[in-house]
Amino acid sequence: MMKSTEEVTRLPRVDVESAAIRAEGLRVVRGNRVVLDDFDLTVRRGTVTGLLGPNGSGKTTLMRAVVGVQKVAGGRIEVLGRPAGSAELRYRIGYFTQSPSVYRDITVRQNLQYFAAVLGAPRSDVDRTIEQVDLGSHADDLVSRLSGGETSRVSLAVALLGEPELLVLDEPTVGLDPVLRRDLWTLFRELADAGATLLVSSHVMDEAERCQRLLLLREGRLLADDTVPELYARTDTSGTEEAFLHLIDRETHREVAQ
Amino acid sequence: MSPRITVATAHRVLNQLRHDRRTLALLLFMPSILLVLLWWIYDGGPVFDRIGPALLALFPFISMFLVTSIATLRERTSGTLERLLAMPTGKLDFLLGYGLAFGLMAALQATIAAGVSIGLLDLDVAGPTWQLVTVAVLDALLGVALGLFVSAFAATEFQVVQFMPALVLPQFLLCGLLVARDDMPAVLSAISDALPLSYAVDAMREVQVNPTPEVWGYAGIIAAFAVGLLALGAATLRRRTA
Repeated sequence: MMKSTEEVTRLPRVDVESAAIRAEGLRVVRGNRVVLDDFDLTVRRGTVTGLLGPNGSGKTTLMRAVVGVQKVAGGRIEVLGRPAGSAELRYRIGYFTQSPSVYRDITVRQNLQYFAAVLGAPRSDVDRTIEQVDLGSHADDLVSRLSGGETSRVSLAVALLGEPELLVLDEPTVGLDPVLRRDLWTLFRELADAGATLLVSSHVMDEAERCQRLLLLREGRLLADDTVPELYARTDTSGTEEAFLHLIDRETHREVAQ
Repeated sequence: MSPRITVATAHRVLNQLRHDRRTLALLLFMPSILLVLLWWIYDGGPVFDRIGPALLALFPFISMFLVTSIATLRERTSGTLERLLAMPTGKLDFLLGYGLAFGLMAALQATIAAGVSIGLLDLDVAGPTWQLVTVAVLDALLGVALGLFVSAFAATEFQVVQFMPALVLPQFLLCGLLVARDDMPAVLSAISDALPLSYAVDAMREVQVNPTPEVWGYAGIIAAFAVGLLALGAATLRRRTA
């Protein structure tokens, strides 16, 4: 397919090999609301990329499009070199949704055994992921007996099964205490160092500093796609929260001026 | 589809039941208790002999319809269905996994109910008991298929429970249990011909009166309805949603 020069230059300059996610002109409509329109994005392999933005900015919709469970109205989205939603990708992506998608009426271990069987992941993955989310002492408890934070970690453990190349995590640290949050962010970094790509949404701004790259989404548009130091330099700030407020305010002023 | 995922799904559904002792007990023993009650009401007379087998067809259909429709609705609303479909699960793996698990439960349920009716309550059945149980299992699978299908049209558990009077009671009224199908007004008789439960009751009656019953024709019709409903159910499972 031929492309106009304008279109080519508009794309972020990352070669195809190193891109885990590439979206071009993506358009998603939910109900009668256009959530994403003419949306471009590139996420590099082997990085932890933070996806930040106010409620309703399109974070979850974007993640659903990456995983391939979202109906897309236009544009292209490629994940690990394949069109999003390809059958082959179903083994290679781990997906964590905001509300825990696990069975509450069976035990933690039974949940993991089931999803491991579905993925064809080795049996040893069950114990490994239980340890990774620190649920060893609850492995044989029914999920319905666990607290909200523990339930959400069961769901995270499922996403870690089969050592996926891409992890799409929608607010994985909500409702967790500071120690657990720190441990999970350490785990995310270790996974990325081992070669996995992580796309992690959050609205806790101090978590953003743990990401190698930050995306700020507002009303379906990217306000920032920077490393943390780049972001600080560009906004002349020293904290992510401050930087984002700065960018959002500037955007609001621009809209008002128009 | 993959046998590995189908079997894992059936195993998981059975695990869920195993942890839910009350549902398990109700599923397995309620039909037998109701049959005993019926026997008592009619003092074990000819009426019991006439409607007993039809109820053996009805119970597995109703109970499996209810548990499947609610279980599937829970999969849809809790996000587990979406997660499974984002994984390598095929639609058939999901549907057959449920069919396998609840089919097994139905076999147990029907064996207990048939054992109680014939052994304890002296229900007169001319044909072989295993055919009675086989027809009951097919009826249960019909209930599973219908439950999977209607769960797509319900947004809440309140709604899904309302499908039971809407879809099951008319079939019960027209299946020939209250009035023989041939004696109904022509229109109702024609409608009755188009409903799967009618054939389930016909099959049971055949086993009851005939020492060498010809049930395979009926069984084929019931199975065809179940497969058709499963195909419709599969069409309602979407990997991508708005």
